Amino acid sequence: MSSYNLTHLKVLESEAIFILREVAAQFERPVMLFSGGKDSIIMFHLARKAFHPGKIPFPLMHVDTGHNFPETIMFRDRLMKETGESIIVKYVQDSINNGTATEETGVNASRNGLQTITLLEGLEEGKYDCAMGGARRDEEKARAKERFFSHRDEFGQWDPKNQRPELWNLFNGRKGIGEHFRIFPISNWTEMDVWQYILNENIALPLLYFSHKREVVLRDGVLLAKCEHITLKEGEKWEEKIIRCRTIGDMTCTGVVESEANDLDAIIKEVASTRITERGGRADDKRSEAAMEDRKKEGYF
Amino acid sequence: MSKTKGYLNMELLRFTTAGSVDDGKSTLIGRLLYDSKAIFDDQMNLLEEANRQRGEEGINLALLTDGLRSEREQGITIDVAYRYFATPKRKFIIADTPGHIQYTRNMVTGASTANLALLLVDARHGVIEQTKRHAFIASLLQIPHIAVCINKMDLADYDQEVFEKIKSDFESFASKLEIKDMHFIPISALNGDNVVTRSEHMNWYEGSTLMHLLENIHIGSDHNHVDCRFPVQYVIRPQSVKYPDYRGYSGRIEGGIFKSGDNVTVLPSGFTSRIKSIDTFNGEVHEAFSPMSVCITLEDDIDISRGDMLVREKNQPKVSQDIDLMICWMNEKKMIPKGKYTIRHTSQTARCIVKNIQYKIDINTLHRNQKDKQIGLNDIGRISIRTTKPLFFDSYRRNRNTGSIILVDEATNETVAAGMII
Repeated sequence: MSSYNLTHLKVLESEAIFILREVAAQFERPVMLFSGGKDSIIMFHLARKAFHPGKIPFPLMHVDTGHNFPETIMFRDRLMKETGESIIVKYVQDSINNGTATEETGVNASRNGLQTITLLEGLEEGKYDCAMGGARRDEEKARAKERFFSHRDEFGQWDPKNQRPELWNLFNGRKGIGEHFRIFPISNWTEMDVWQYILNENIALPLLYFSHKREVVLRDGVLLAKCEHITLKEGEKWEEKIIRCRTIGDMTCTGVVESEANDLDAIIKEVASTRITERGGRADDKRSEAAMEDRKKEGYF
Repeated sequence: MSKTKGYLNMELLRFTTAGSVDDGKSTLIGRLLYDSKAIFDDQMNLLEEANRQRGEEGINLALLTDGLRSEREQGITIDVAYRYFATPKRKFIIADTPGHIQYTRNMVTGASTANLALLLVDARHGVIEQTKRHAFIASLLQIPHIAVCINKMDLADYDQEVFEKIKSDFESFASKLEIKDMHFIPISALNGDNVVTRSEHMNWYEGSTLMHLLENIHIGSDHNHVDCRFPVQYVIRPQSVKYPDYRGYSGRIEGGIFKSGDNVTVLPSGFTSRIKSIDTFNGEVHEAFSPMSVCITLEDDIDISRGDMLVREKNQPKVSQDIDLMICWMNEKKMIPKGKYTIRHTSQTARCIVKNIQYKIDINTLHRNQKDKQIGLNDIGRISIRTTKPLFFDSYRRNRNTGSIILVDEATNETVAAGMII
């Protein structure tokens, strides 16, 4: 490789930094969504890089469903303290209390869908005109078609058939009053890229990503971690297993995997050899063939 | 070298695929993905399930890329889909563009960031109109490398003459175009001949397999490392206790190599200064080149803001308000002669008026039509515009980053055209 060639991770990093700076320049009130998962941790890291030695010129926002792994919340609070950045937290519980969201019932009840309501309320309240997220195109087939700069109408809806063409690196963030954008700086990263980058940059992660002992239940082919929000069905029982999370979302719908991988090298080996996609364990994606597309149209990020 | 270390040293190759389902494009992509283990078991299960529901036999790999509900329902690809795979040598991003519907708009989009275009030709049909169309767009968008895969060789008895005939037909058409680097590979996507492994049926072919070409083609020269161009994207002023007076110009190098200590000229003011430092989060770097995102500080305090450009005094881009372009129209609303649009170029935004439409190109015959000047969806033409303020640009041929623009409709805010500066 010649000396004037960048590695693919450097190219991806540069692309993401370029987009983050473009957001800061083109929008009046951007906000970065932060979930505490590895993709949003990388986004946070990239934002610090993009504006160094200055501070990140936009706020972060976490939509807290109340069903998070406690480890995620602890990690989030420690990260903010250590870096001196701050985060706005919006609670799904508040939307439920205010009557704008209604709790699902039944054994597979989840607050995943309710997140969208709280997210849209949070965006409206803060008058944010653009929300950045750490979604990647390799995650899910509807996301493979999403733009870096994804336009949303005044209801936060995505119109997949009518997306603006996106050429070269010329991003068009112009919009009408009340409309906004969802922006995905790490669209071109794969799960493997994310892990390699974490290793390369020595980025700290919640311990949930590494192998540990936990009580789980097998439901519809997915292992769910024990928590107060899951009620066992007849015939189900909690079992202790050695597991780790491949993705981190709500405890009610994030499948964990049996794994002995307890450091980054081992995780990378596991990612390289696995035959199941990252979101293969996400119960929220399994509701229908186009579950993600339908949620995105409604305003999910 | 450990596996981890090896992965950290990979290069990135972006390629676009053109061809229709009938050419075996999905089969070819499916094979590349499958053989590089980028298709997972659960995706395969979903595909099998989806096909069972439709009552179809076998696996329809198009369903992997056709992610939208309406695409699945109609069995057509509407939009560019991005797919990813990696081999131990390189990481690949495929911009998979549909062959029929809105081919121009979509292929132009996919081509705009590609290092390589993969064109598919059916060995039984040879070079057809669609092939010419795709080759023309690849050359218009100045994709540095073109790989012509002559597919379905199994249905042409793996005959060398068939391959040579198509190759020479393509070359004679391509001589009218501007294509820098062309490769021809006889393949059978279905049987895997010359895709990842060498074919046992075509010993007469001495070139590389498609995968070998993708892994080894030299892409180091695809960026312009000659003309120094640094469009200022965002000014960083921390005004913090630690950095009270720091004033850095952040952006991405769009051409050339910048070194600390270099003399630079700032456009449009024309002031000169010297680079004090090139900063990144991981510390100062001595030099920076395309496509690195950095932050540059200068020795002198000059008023510089977004849209300005740092260049070398002796190598400056063109500075003008009058610009000639090839454009591809991307919106259902036709271009309005003498119409006003917003123009985006590097980190600049301005307004412009369409002064003149020279001609429209018939992309099947390459005929320049000077009579029909109606430019609508998927049309390609040459126009002249005048901008409200000077832009600093190079010809697209010289630098894709400083030679490309988009036009935005001022009423709907939609991106309506892609333009390449002549």
